[in-house]
Amino acid sequence: MAERTIKLPDVGEGIAEAELVEWHVKVGDVVREDDMLFAVMTDKATVEIPSPVEGEITWTGGEIGETLAIGSALVRIKVAGEAGAAEEDAAPTPPRHAGEGPQDPSRSTQDRGAPPSRNPGASFETPSARAPQDDEGGGARATSAPAATPKPPAPVAKASPSRGPASRRSPGEKPLASPAVRLKAREAGIDLRQVQGSGPGGRIGHEDLDAFLTRGPEGSGPAGLARRTGTTDVKVVGLRRRIAEKMAKSKSRIPHITIVEEVDVSALEDLRAALNRKPTAERPKLTILPFLMRAMVRALGEQPSLNAIYDDDAGIVHQHAGIHVGIATQTPSGLVVPVVQHAEARDVWGCAIELARLAERARDGTASRDELTGSTITITSLGALGGIATTPVINYPEVAIVGVNKMMVRPVWDGAAFVPRKMMNLSSSFDHRVIDGWDAAVFVQRLKELLETPAMLFIES
Amino acid sequence: MTEITCKLLVIGAGPGGYVCAIRAGQLGIDTVVVESGPLGGSCLNVGCIPSKAMIHVAEEFERATHAAAGRMPFGLTAGPPALDFPKAVEWKDGIVGRLTNGVAALLRRAKVKIVHGRARFRDGRTVEVETETGPQVIRAETIVIATGSAPVELPFLPFGGSVISSTGALALPAVPARLAVVGGGYIGLELGTAFAKLGAKVTIVEAQDRILPLYDAELTGPVAKRLGELGVEVLLGAKARGATPDGQGLRVETREGEDRRIDADRILVTVGRAPVTGDLGLDELVLDMNGRYIRVGDRCETSMRGIYAIGDVTGEPMLAHRAMAQGEMVAEIVAGRPRAWDKSCIPAICFTDPEIVSAGLSPDEAKAAGFETKVGKFPFTANGRAMTLDSEEGFVRIVARAETGIVLGVQAVGRNVSELSAAFGLAIEMGAHLEDVAGTIHAHPTLGEGFQEAALKALGHAIHV
Repeated sequence: MAERTIKLPDVGEGIAEAELVEWHVKVGDVVREDDMLFAVMTDKATVEIPSPVEGEITWTGGEIGETLAIGSALVRIKVAGEAGAAEEDAAPTPPRHAGEGPQDPSRSTQDRGAPPSRNPGASFETPSARAPQDDEGGGARATSAPAATPKPPAPVAKASPSRGPASRRSPGEKPLASPAVRLKAREAGIDLRQVQGSGPGGRIGHEDLDAFLTRGPEGSGPAGLARRTGTTDVKVVGLRRRIAEKMAKSKSRIPHITIVEEVDVSALEDLRAALNRKPTAERPKLTILPFLMRAMVRALGEQPSLNAIYDDDAGIVHQHAGIHVGIATQTPSGLVVPVVQHAEARDVWGCAIELARLAERARDGTASRDELTGSTITITSLGALGGIATTPVINYPEVAIVGVNKMMVRPVWDGAAFVPRKMMNLSSSFDHRVIDGWDAAVFVQRLKELLETPAMLFIES
Repeated sequence: MTEITCKLLVIGAGPGGYVCAIRAGQLGIDTVVVESGPLGGSCLNVGCIPSKAMIHVAEEFERATHAAAGRMPFGLTAGPPALDFPKAVEWKDGIVGRLTNGVAALLRRAKVKIVHGRARFRDGRTVEVETETGPQVIRAETIVIATGSAPVELPFLPFGGSVISSTGALALPAVPARLAVVGGGYIGLELGTAFAKLGAKVTIVEAQDRILPLYDAELTGPVAKRLGELGVEVLLGAKARGATPDGQGLRVETREGEDRRIDADRILVTVGRAPVTGDLGLDELVLDMNGRYIRVGDRCETSMRGIYAIGDVTGEPMLAHRAMAQGEMVAEIVAGRPRAWDKSCIPAICFTDPEIVSAGLSPDEAKAAGFETKVGKFPFTANGRAMTLDSEEGFVRIVARAETGIVLGVQAVGRNVSELSAAFGLAIEMGAHLEDVAGTIHAHPTLGEGFQEAALKALGHAIHV
């Protein structure tokens, strides 16, 4: 038998460390070659590390959420083999994802979040447990703690739900349970006084405790309403931690100014309906976003200061020539922002095709690092859930974000009568350090103008 | 001088301290234990173990004497026995040595560092130990005080010369011809009985109105009767006044108020035990006390964060198994596990003749606690095994709540009933009902059947009485 140490491999991208986000194995597990051992997360991509050998896990190192240097020992596997085989270090190769270029060795799995960890240590003291000592007394007295105080008459096993546990035990009486049940309750952070015992005299058995753990206290309130105790601690790791850090950074550094403007999208919707009548592979069905992207391309051409990265530490605003539009996208494990590169060089259908492709890859966790970085401005849209107005958080270190609210038919006064119009609000935030309110307002008005008269999107100026 | 830094420091390697240290070691806690005497504390060296060894010697000797006198009912006779007392002491010391070596090996296996010397607190995190090679400073995140207890001295009968403590009684070179025992608690009775069986003329002086005042008269009756048979004189309500000037006797004021001289080669003083805290430097700490004892909560925590106390320094009952349970609990608490004292009973045993065992509440204690009780008592006269042991004295008594049958306490007196303490304790700790005990098959023929029969008696349908 020999033992092999699995180290954190170089997951590419020239990175020096990665965050451990998930364990797929534990000590004692038997793994086959290519079974996944653990997942690490680099800047934007999650990489699953497979086992290079078959054998039994004898040791694991590293806590979920820990940032580990490349080359750190993470797993030891006992492998069957020639006796005396020296321990060798193994750095497994991260699997390549089919369809990805050789420059992209990582298989990103954003949909893999760390499992929430329940904290059994959250215990509650049981003040009824009495210290064993008596008062001072001469001689070597040997007494028992006067604690074997059991409960009032045995209730029927299935107690009527109207009777709460409090009515079953006199105040101050200790719940009756075996040491094993007491220990289990203590480890689970449960005060046995809350638990109804179904045994004779109200003795609490393992099954009562299990029932309490799964159902909570019965009969402590009206039927069907049970009080729940305890807390579930979810460790903020991986993608969730990155989101948290980035949001905090954006909100703490950037003084946001948010403008909400309503846009009459009736004409745009008519146009969109017309264009969507005969979709083809080259010309797929369009949502409103490709139009918005094109409108932004137009508006930003006139206001390049909004298509920018503000390096606030260096005091430089990098205005970009290319317009790379980040699209905030909800995935099972959280928010990611795939980027439509060079929107200025794509027409409406080009934007739509790229958008669909990126959203798909982001949702199934195969988007590459390049596809998830490099935006210069961001759109956030929740579609039908978009609300009337939002206060979007700027995708730091960008300087502007455009939020799309839900579209709805509203009565609009046209000077003579109320007419039904398809109305949609845009809620846009700007970095007020480098964008003045005037410039922000000009940008929003330009977007409104372009979207209300969509033909202008197609007229080269 | 290099300092030792550790996670857990245990002061005292008695049953509380060494168990705490071993358990902590098992849990991977970096642990140091300091002991000023031999490992094992009072229990192993001058208490439970050596006294039981000498009690056994005395029993065997007495039985042989009984046989020599032709008083065995089954016709066994033997020549007059002779006891090589130094040999008996050597045998006892051998047992103690094996056990203390065992403790040392267990500590080593748990990777616990042992420092020999007297510990003194510098502050709540630092202890200085006077070792043979000089002072040693130990810093620890958590400190457990497990310094135990020592026999109480009477001001008018200071230890020394003919006045001895239980420790001295276990190290005598020969059986004294006349022994006066001051204090009729379990230690005095156990040792007094043993020396009586070994041939000493024993007088027991007890200030209260009966022996073993903390047990009820029903339980102590067989013991008192047996003392009479052994020729032990018991003076109740009598007060020791001091040694006679010639050092060959004890002055006693009898219940009637008369002065009386009791001739004695040795005066054994067993009037209780006091916690050992004197040289510990507790002045450097701000520990809440409970009389002479260190006040602890249900996790054995003291009033100072990071300092725990276990065993006899925390008060009554001063029993090794209580200290052990506390030590184990504290080690697990230090390891971060949720634990608190939740025991239902701490059984107690008097290794008198016959033995007494008590677990949980006695009938009187149960009544005082406000319980409606029913009590079942089964005499060993109706137990086959007791008859075959020629030991029919005694009984098993069970106390249960009247309305639910939950067992509140079990007591027994009789030969070898100490071994029944396991069953009694288990029943109470498991929350057994009379039906649980009655419904458990107890092997025949054993003294343990008395437990089942007592439960049946309480339920109103004992078979054999």
